[in-house]
Amino acid sequence: MKVVTGIRKDLFLYALILPGFLYFLLFKYVPMWGIVISFQEYSPYLGFWQSPWVGFEHFATLFNNPDFLIIFRNTMVISMMNIVFYFPMPILVALMLNELRLKRFQRVIQSVIYLPHFLSWVIISGITFLLLSQSGGIVNKLLVEFGREPYNFLTNPGIFWQLLTAQSIWKETGWGTIIFLAAMAGIDPQLHEAARIDGAGRLRQIWHVTLPGIRNVIVTLLILRLGSIMDVGFEQVFLMMNSAVTDVADVFETYVYRNGIQQGQFSYSTAVGLFKSVIGLLMVIGANKLAKRYGEEGLY
Amino acid sequence: MKESKLFDVVNVALLALIGLATLFPLYYVFVVSFTDPSEYIAKQGFVLFPEKWSILSYKYILSTDSYLRATGVSAFLATVGTVLSLMVTASLAYGLSRKRLKIRKPLMLMVLFTMLFSPGIIPHYILVRDLHLINNLWSLILPALSSGWYVFLMKSFFDSIPPALEEAAMVDGYNDVGIFFRIILPLSLPAMAAFGLFYAVGYWNTYFNAVLYINDPTKWPLQILLQNILIESSTSSQGSGAAELMNERQLPAQTLKMAAVVVATTPILLIYPMLQKHFAKGVMLGSIKG
Repeated sequence: MKVVTGIRKDLFLYALILPGFLYFLLFKYVPMWGIVISFQEYSPYLGFWQSPWVGFEHFATLFNNPDFLIIFRNTMVISMMNIVFYFPMPILVALMLNELRLKRFQRVIQSVIYLPHFLSWVIISGITFLLLSQSGGIVNKLLVEFGREPYNFLTNPGIFWQLLTAQSIWKETGWGTIIFLAAMAGIDPQLHEAARIDGAGRLRQIWHVTLPGIRNVIVTLLILRLGSIMDVGFEQVFLMMNSAVTDVADVFETYVYRNGIQQGQFSYSTAVGLFKSVIGLLMVIGANKLAKRYGEEGLY
Repeated sequence: MKESKLFDVVNVALLALIGLATLFPLYYVFVVSFTDPSEYIAKQGFVLFPEKWSILSYKYILSTDSYLRATGVSAFLATVGTVLSLMVTASLAYGLSRKRLKIRKPLMLMVLFTMLFSPGIIPHYILVRDLHLINNLWSLILPALSSGWYVFLMKSFFDSIPPALEEAAMVDGYNDVGIFFRIILPLSLPAMAAFGLFYAVGYWNTYFNAVLYINDPTKWPLQILLQNILIESSTSSQGSGAAELMNERQLPAQTLKMAAVVVATTPILLIYPMLQKHFAKGVMLGSIKG
């Protein structure tokens, strides 16, 4: 009853949230119900109600499939390389920007390095091909100019992971500095003053004042990143993938797309997607617990 | 002091290098797209500064129906989609920021959970199919209308609007819908502009949803067409439309591809100064709270 009178009293407030509520219900929660087909032998003609149940058969198929280990490994390696090589970059660049005394130069550099964040992956993969292709790429032209052999960047399984990491660094480093710069702006200038009076040089100030000042932001972001370790940039991998590098490029989403959308194995690929999402959920919950244990705020 | 000077010099030099490394690929794309086709062929693609500028590639791109159509589709997504996204997200976020909303806590949990768990590609695809939205442009707008991330960012913005304001408006006889549209939204215009720009870029860059939901080439958004141009010419498959035309016009594939990239990027470059003014605020609003 209380709820009903509450609704009547705030009728217009409920009217305001209705479209958003319906959106989340229809486009975020109805698909969750679609998960049932991963326990069925789903046929579009029979639908959710009449398709026969098969229990965990699709999961058994997945775990016995040699592809499973490959996509699991690729997902993990791409994510870990991202954490090891990309993650420190925005911190480093933010530290450098923070030390700049030429404010106009700082603004120019910021404008430039934020830009790639807004470019689509289609454009970035296009630029990558232009720069690195073996026949016409400018990088290989330069190599030949200096008397080297042209190098195969794009269809070379040996450097595919490095290529993805390099793209991520180019695209997101600048954008990633914003949150660290904001945290640095919040550090009490008196701390720097005190360090300077004690004779600390610039590097020592960075080490003993600035870095400790943004420590909790770094820890929180790192933990959140660990929580989303199952997510690799899908569009990026999808666009950079080619038949020569499939073994090192295939990740959960590309696998689901190929088996589900292209080959119509809806039930099996839903099971694959569900496995990925459940592991992802467990990782986020674990990461959040970890964050709270270290006294950070966490995600929720 | 000497150490400090050296530090500054090294720091400025390194940052300048980083800036150049960011700009060079973009500069190169730009230069290639404007290079005269015969010069490009003569130099075998090794052009850092063209002797002769040419807009041939652009003339060709802008004269094709497919490009104009795809631009129209993307412009539709970026305008209609952005307005709808802002409306749906902002009104939900505003409601969630009002403490008197009884179902506030469960509703926030409902939104939060969608950020932690997604049922995956296939269930979303089946939903869009069952709604008969395949090959319909609304399939690129409706499923992408809002996200938990934006709802919480906007909510933390609305949290900062004092309740005294709406209480005064209520005394004046406004209801919540009136307050939201007549008072809150006009007050929040700068923030709405920032969120709107983010949404617009997102819609303009729509790619994967279109891969999933749009098979009809006449309804392709720009990014799909662009990707097709990029692939087509690099493998130079015979009989494909773009490749044929390139041969006819004797335009090298690269200059054409890069002109296509520039045309597709220009709208983002045009709104970039506006974006830049707002985005730091937009990002920090929520990220500090975590």
